[in-house]
Amino acid sequence: MIQRRLLLGDEAVAQGAVDAGISGVYAYPGTPSTEITEYIQTHAPQIRSRWATNEKTAMESALGMSYAGKRALVCMKHVGMNVAADAFVNSAITGINGGLVVLAADDPSMHSSQNEQDSRFYGKFAMIPILEPSSQQEAYDMMRHAFALSEELRLPVLMRVVTRLAHSRAGVELTSPKEQNALNAECDRTHWVLLPGNARRQYASLVEKQPKLVEASENSPYNTLAKPQSKAKMGVVACGIGYNYVMENAPEKLGIPVLKISQYPLPSQSIKAFAAECDSILVVEDGQPMVEEQIGALLGCDYELKGRLTGALPRMGELTPDNVGLAMGVEPKPSFVEAQNVVVRPPALCQGCGHRDVYNALNKVAAEYADARIFGDIGCYTLGALPPFRAIDSCVDMGASITMAKGAADAGLHPAIAVIGDSTFTHSGMTGLLDAVNDGSRITVIISDNLTTAMTGGQDSAGTNKFEAICIALGVEPEHVRVVEPLPKNMAKITAIIREEIDYEGVSVIIPRRECIQTLSRKMRQQKLK
Amino acid sequence: MKKDIILAGVGGQGILTIATIIGDAAAEAGLNLKQAEVHGMSQRGGDVQSNLRLSSEPIYSDLIRKGDADLIISMEPMEALRYVGELDKGGCVVTSSQPFKNIPNYPSEEALEAELNALPRCLRQPIEELAKAHSMPKSANIILLGMAAKYIEILSAEQLRESVGRVFASKGEQVIEANLRAFDLGVELVGKE
Repeated sequence: MIQRRLLLGDEAVAQGAVDAGISGVYAYPGTPSTEITEYIQTHAPQIRSRWATNEKTAMESALGMSYAGKRALVCMKHVGMNVAADAFVNSAITGINGGLVVLAADDPSMHSSQNEQDSRFYGKFAMIPILEPSSQQEAYDMMRHAFALSEELRLPVLMRVVTRLAHSRAGVELTSPKEQNALNAECDRTHWVLLPGNARRQYASLVEKQPKLVEASENSPYNTLAKPQSKAKMGVVACGIGYNYVMENAPEKLGIPVLKISQYPLPSQSIKAFAAECDSILVVEDGQPMVEEQIGALLGCDYELKGRLTGALPRMGELTPDNVGLAMGVEPKPSFVEAQNVVVRPPALCQGCGHRDVYNALNKVAAEYADARIFGDIGCYTLGALPPFRAIDSCVDMGASITMAKGAADAGLHPAIAVIGDSTFTHSGMTGLLDAVNDGSRITVIISDNLTTAMTGGQDSAGTNKFEAICIALGVEPEHVRVVEPLPKNMAKITAIIREEIDYEGVSVIIPRRECIQTLSRKMRQQKLK
Repeated sequence: MKKDIILAGVGGQGILTIATIIGDAAAEAGLNLKQAEVHGMSQRGGDVQSNLRLSSEPIYSDLIRKGDADLIISMEPMEALRYVGELDKGGCVVTSSQPFKNIPNYPSEEALEAELNALPRCLRQPIEELAKAHSMPKSANIILLGMAAKYIEILSAEQLRESVGRVFASKGEQVIEANLRAFDLGVELVGKE
């Protein structure tokens, strides 16, 4: 019997991977990818799924599982690819044993991110196949295809989704699950030990495989052509979710043929043949104009090509059925004028959140120093940048608070204060703290510990109960590792401790620790139910 | 037949529960459905919205085209106004009349009122107050769903009511009962208008 379920794009990916016979999922939470791992944790407890400390450890663990012959999935948000990049790129050089799929969830329009980098470039860079589903059903079906392709080509496969697919629900038909692979660690050392001599051979083999990758794309069931009756004025190359926005505008009624691309490297023969049937081509792709640039190079500058680079579509921000319709020549529909009395409603730290008390204390103390700078990091506490706190001076990438404070202190800035969350600290803050200790940098690090990864919905945090031990082991003097409870009643004590540690001429760590009120109230609700 | 619905509100007000219920009813009725929502940053007291599309035909886009929205269901009056530019000329707004003021520059209530009044089809009720008065303080969102039931059209009020029961099934008898009462109250409020 065919099973049909209502699934988020992320859940379709997860169920697809489970049904493709994975033995493990490795991930660090990050919007919009978090629900993939959460779904597997809830619905497939037989599969290894505990959160990893960061995306690099996740990628390497998955590669290890692949080495041992089993299928593994790695999930992350797009900026996580930067963290995993070393392992990711080199996994294409070693190749794989059990199927290995890397899922990157991009966030065009930066709904919950600090940039809108396009992960497809990473796939091209690593020279591996890329899959880009257009719908939840495809996300599900493609997982099986991805693992089969990975094992056939002996390469990792990158699957890229975007926020609008990851966080949109639709009906998905499931197929019967595949058994997990058996343990098989019969691997050739010359493939896996990337000494230069081996690496050169392995890279040559990756280069040699490239025509096979293109052939797989030319024959992919996910790259399809709606053929024109006669020569068309304009054809559309629609990539990934862009296909949906094109179809929403009824191209068949406009006489616009559509070449759908959901598997890369680009099928160059199909594109050339399609171009010959059209006077011009519009490239519809969410993210950066990767395909547009490649097709431009393929067809030459005499061929009329439109897309994000020509202004037919906006250069940045996500695609919508509206901006795609406009590029296809569809008139906008009449609607009501926008309302006048609407103002932005930015997110804020929850009432009762411990980060609030931390910022109240920090603001109070920082105001006493002319040059105080507070270097922020990635998490709920980034909201400390907004009113009423306006407390932080920077937020760049995971862990950068500590290292930027260190660099600024090295330059002579004082006081240089870092604010980092517990999960971000174990993700990428610990190595920076070691640098600061070894260099004797004069910085004050606040590890605002709410015992969870709160921003993404309260996942387990890798370092819970270990922070004092970690800081001391990294070389911070035990008397300069201070723990406080961030509550309004403790304000005098907290501000006094911050002042003391600012005056210390070395690395000090203050750990304000109080459970996230969201996870706390969830626990209390669950207890009440029991 | 198709129905494109925008669900709006402030993080934590329960619009995703409304989406879940309509989604469950649509799945049960064998309709095609797409429901896009934004997670993450927006959950912390910021504005939240969800595009919910129901149709007997295949649906392509996860997002609703500007001017195609048939219905705005909003837990907050200013949040309802945020999306009127998306509304079809014949579209309808069902919203809470009670402002949620967590920002310093919230517009004047008179001005909001005037803009909502200018819409040809707009239903408002103080759902939070009603929920408290009827001893179901956590079910304001389900009162709103009951109010919207008549305008969802592609699903009947009875189909939606059954879904309310299913979605809350794991929460115990009291919760189910309160939410069914809330739904009926919403339906009744609209019946009177």
